[in-house]
Amino acid sequence: MAPEEIRTVIIDILGDIAPDEDLSSLDDAVPFRDQLELDSMDFLDIVMELRKRYRVQVPEEDYPALNSMASTVEYLTPKMADVVAT
Amino acid sequence: MPKDFLKDTAAAYDVVVIGSGLGGLTAANILARDGLSVLLLEQHYKLGGMATWFKRPGGHIFDISLHGFPHGMVKSCRRYWSREIADSIVQLHGVRFDNPMFSLTTTFNRDDFTQLLTTDFGIELAKVEQFFNTARDMNFYDDQSLTTGELFEQFFPGREDVVRLLMEPITYANGSTLEDPALTYGIVFSNFMSKGVFVFQGGTDKLIKSMEKEMRNNGVDIRINCDVQKINLSGGKIASVQVNGKTIRTRAVVSNANLRSTIFNLVGKQHFDKSFAEQAEEVRLNNSSTQVYMALDPDDSIPRDTGDLLFCSTADRFQTDLLLSRDITSRTFSFYYPDTRPEGKERTLIVSSTNAHYRDWVGMEKAEYEASKQDLIETTFDALEKYVPNCRERITHVEAATPITFEHYTKHVNGASFGTKFEGLGVSRALPQQIPGMYHAGSCGIIMSGWLGTINYGVIVANDVINHLSTTAGSPTAVTP
Repeated sequence: MAPEEIRTVIIDILGDIAPDEDLSSLDDAVPFRDQLELDSMDFLDIVMELRKRYRVQVPEEDYPALNSMASTVEYLTPKMADVVAT
Repeated sequence: MPKDFLKDTAAAYDVVVIGSGLGGLTAANILARDGLSVLLLEQHYKLGGMATWFKRPGGHIFDISLHGFPHGMVKSCRRYWSREIADSIVQLHGVRFDNPMFSLTTTFNRDDFTQLLTTDFGIELAKVEQFFNTARDMNFYDDQSLTTGELFEQFFPGREDVVRLLMEPITYANGSTLEDPALTYGIVFSNFMSKGVFVFQGGTDKLIKSMEKEMRNNGVDIRINCDVQKINLSGGKIASVQVNGKTIRTRAVVSNANLRSTIFNLVGKQHFDKSFAEQAEEVRLNNSSTQVYMALDPDDSIPRDTGDLLFCSTADRFQTDLLLSRDITSRTFSFYYPDTRPEGKERTLIVSSTNAHYRDWVGMEKAEYEASKQDLIETTFDALEKYVPNCRERITHVEAATPITFEHYTKHVNGASFGTKFEGLGVSRALPQQIPGMYHAGSCGIIMSGWLGTINYGVIVANDVINHLSTTAGSPTAVTP
């Protein structure tokens, strides 16, 4: 998957986790928590969804990498390089 | 011949979950939903652990711990259970305080508390805002040296009335005290303040039955009356569990039993590093409780403005040690109106709860124990009289539970009703580093306590188990029972 496809995947997962949030105006450089009402369980859900949908493992020590959209995409790009977009 | 509660179990499972408190139930559900084979073992004849209820003649159903939880429960139930369960969650509007310092009714959320603190208590708005924001921004990995008492002293020096308003409900919800780390208070308080206090409409029995149905749909093998005696290791890793005389192989164990009994009774101290065992020995249990269950005559009712939760106290000051004393001055009354169970019989029930020490109740002769229980009932009537006049004549069924009762039904060490203190969380999280495949999910560390906390902790641990099993070669995987 290319970075822009990974971004679409994250937006899709966020849409399920926070159905009431407007994700169209999300600023990729700003931490998710400063723009969306997300708690620590929401971040765990993102990790669980990534594993379920794409078999991607995110160990607990790497959770800080999921801080913003930009850092998340950067972190996942090498991990999801071989994943084929559906 | 006695009934075989383990009839037709498989020889091996991916995961065995010991204990069916909300943490164990949720972990089992998530694991099964992920395609793992799961065996759930409960020592009692009912699922739910402390999330429980009991029936009495006359159509009365008493809830032990239904009142109340934060709004986050809606999200957690929707994601980790089902929409049906989440949709039954409703708000409690009447949270009342009555003590020598103040009497008020609140919806127990940030807007209403801000209003109260700035008007009734005369605190400046900026200070109140600052306090709420500080509490909200606390994380479980923050510095633990600041205590809740010190946090209050920073913001509201000398204001014991404010401390009482802010602390009393949280002490009721999870047993925390002014001496516990401030972050444990901040996290739980902020959870409540976001929207208020909520409850499951239909009662605990309906919730647990819905969860059982969901687990069966996801393939969890559920067994009651199965008291695990031992967790067996092989080469330092999880191998099997011994239960009702049977040995069942497994790749991982999630224990929802008390943290201390998991380590010292089920696994055994000798299997842990010396320093870990010492750390585990240091983990303090949380307090236990007493409760008095009262049913009004079926034709009788009480006005709704009596409130849903009433924190009442005759103590002049708010002190943690007074809250735990046998000489009870503070009680929390839960009023359960007929709409608690809209499909059930019209009943009005009252449950009085007080935090208590196990040591004050253990080792009594039977006569003394019965007399102490009766005294607990009588003093509860005395306190209730102010809010429900002539309560002695109007209540047709009454009985009491003590720390001994909680110990008997949950098998928790010392009848602990909120698991362990905060230091238990680190020990609980470190278990799998000691023994690969061994996990604990259950009330510990206050923030992982209460209905919402323990459900979420079950999810966190289930996620760890799934990661572990997907990265280790599995021999006895996915055996269909």
